[in-house]
Amino acid sequence: MDVTDVLISFAKIFVVFNALMGAVAFMTWVERRVSGIIQYRWGPNRVGPWGLLQPIADGIKFIQKKDIIPDDAYKPFYLAAPALAVVPALFAFVVIPFGPTVEILGRKVSLVILDMDGGVLWGFAATALGVYALVLAGWASRSKFSLMGGLRSSAQMISYELPLALSIVSVVLLAGTLRPTEIVAQQAGPIWNWYVFRGIPLLGFLLFTISGYAETNRVPFDLPEAEGELVAGYHTEYSGMRFAAFFMAEYVNMITSSALGVTLFLGGWQLGFPVPFEGWPLWILQILAFIGKLAFFQFLFVWVRWTLPRFRYDQLMNLGWKGLFPLSLVNLATTAVLVTLNFNVAR
Amino acid sequence: MHIFAFYVLALLTVASALVVVTHRNPVVAAVALAFNLISIAGFYILLGAQFIGLLQVIVYAGAIMVLILFVIMLLNLAEEVGPHSAGTFQRVLAPAATLVFAVVLGRALWRTAPSSFPPPSEGFGTAASLGRELFTRYYYPFEVISLLLIVAMVGAVLLAKRKLT
Repeated sequence: MDVTDVLISFAKIFVVFNALMGAVAFMTWVERRVSGIIQYRWGPNRVGPWGLLQPIADGIKFIQKKDIIPDDAYKPFYLAAPALAVVPALFAFVVIPFGPTVEILGRKVSLVILDMDGGVLWGFAATALGVYALVLAGWASRSKFSLMGGLRSSAQMISYELPLALSIVSVVLLAGTLRPTEIVAQQAGPIWNWYVFRGIPLLGFLLFTISGYAETNRVPFDLPEAEGELVAGYHTEYSGMRFAAFFMAEYVNMITSSALGVTLFLGGWQLGFPVPFEGWPLWILQILAFIGKLAFFQFLFVWVRWTLPRFRYDQLMNLGWKGLFPLSLVNLATTAVLVTLNFNVAR
Repeated sequence: MHIFAFYVLALLTVASALVVVTHRNPVVAAVALAFNLISIAGFYILLGAQFIGLLQVIVYAGAIMVLILFVIMLLNLAEEVGPHSAGTFQRVLAPAATLVFAVVLGRALWRTAPSSFPPPSEGFGTAASLGRELFTRYYYPFEVISLLLIVAMVGAVLLAKRKLT
């Protein structure tokens, strides 16, 4: 570990952080434009070309707003909760390989910030900690709507963590490793080498995606902030930039959980088809492949949000415990049998 | 570097543990406990057992503490006002128990602490090595514990269910 390694690490962190933040700003625009198209209206199209500068205008507006803190609020947690929401979501992205090992000036650079043995678990641990922000925001606001939102989010997150974790475990069984870079490397070659098509095709991926929606509190599972019943749920009492932080956290969470899904099921940065060139053109194409898959996931999030109605709370719990959980157990057990029989595993 | 990380973690662990036992607000105590568990995960990682460290965060901080927090909020416990008056029984036994524990701990530390730990062997603390140990050397204890957990789970469901039809 010399100085250059440290500098490279810093450069990677800088690039990834800014790319994520840029993507979040862009997503707030995409969400509103796509919802506009889906609902047959325009959406934001006044600030800049196609309304693209809207996120900047929003940012300026958020900063100008008065930062209101309720008298009854428990201040340490009330103030810390928005930051607690953003940080774990960013942490999880550390282990996601966003490109192959490239060569810069004769030095091999692996395009992942932290290439660790338990990387998949790291990503999962970071997302599991995200729930604290919601719960604490709900409790510290001292408002019944916020508290209800916080309670709902904790119950929901715990319930849907199970199918999420089990679907990840089935991939780990197939891969035989917890290191994200190795999992991606195993999905090299033709498209049917991706783990979506391994074991029981599609099932694990579907379970992961559905639980991912619940984990990120997105429609149809956005019960913690159901505006019809809870005003705005856990962030009812927040205003200005603190509210914006929760908003950002939601989008970062979407991107990180999509990135985890892409890495585990959709081959990460692998192209899935052969190309006749190598070196930088290939590497750039592979990084673009990763971004493209991520973008597809993001679009799916938006598409689903503006198409499906919200679940009722009991429906949500029933689906989680009586639908997804047994199904993911079946998926795991079957995958284990398939791995033992060495059928449709291919390493 | 390691020593520095160790002292930072030690400070965080002890400080958060003190908050757990001294703070009057149960929610603050619960959050401090979660913080404490995460800092202990830091110790595991520092000792080369990163798999255990990550599991500690997922299982304790990510799941169990969230459940505890959930229950505390549902019960809506008020802030404790005024100190509990300890009975004579408690006043005599608590310091005595603490003293015994301190002596045992001190003696164990004094007798076994080596001046320097050997570095962990190659592959130590990874999921693969831990799995191999669990399913070979500690196979029977492992299975017995999983059975115990299932029994506890079934028992909890049975207790929570009012009618068994």
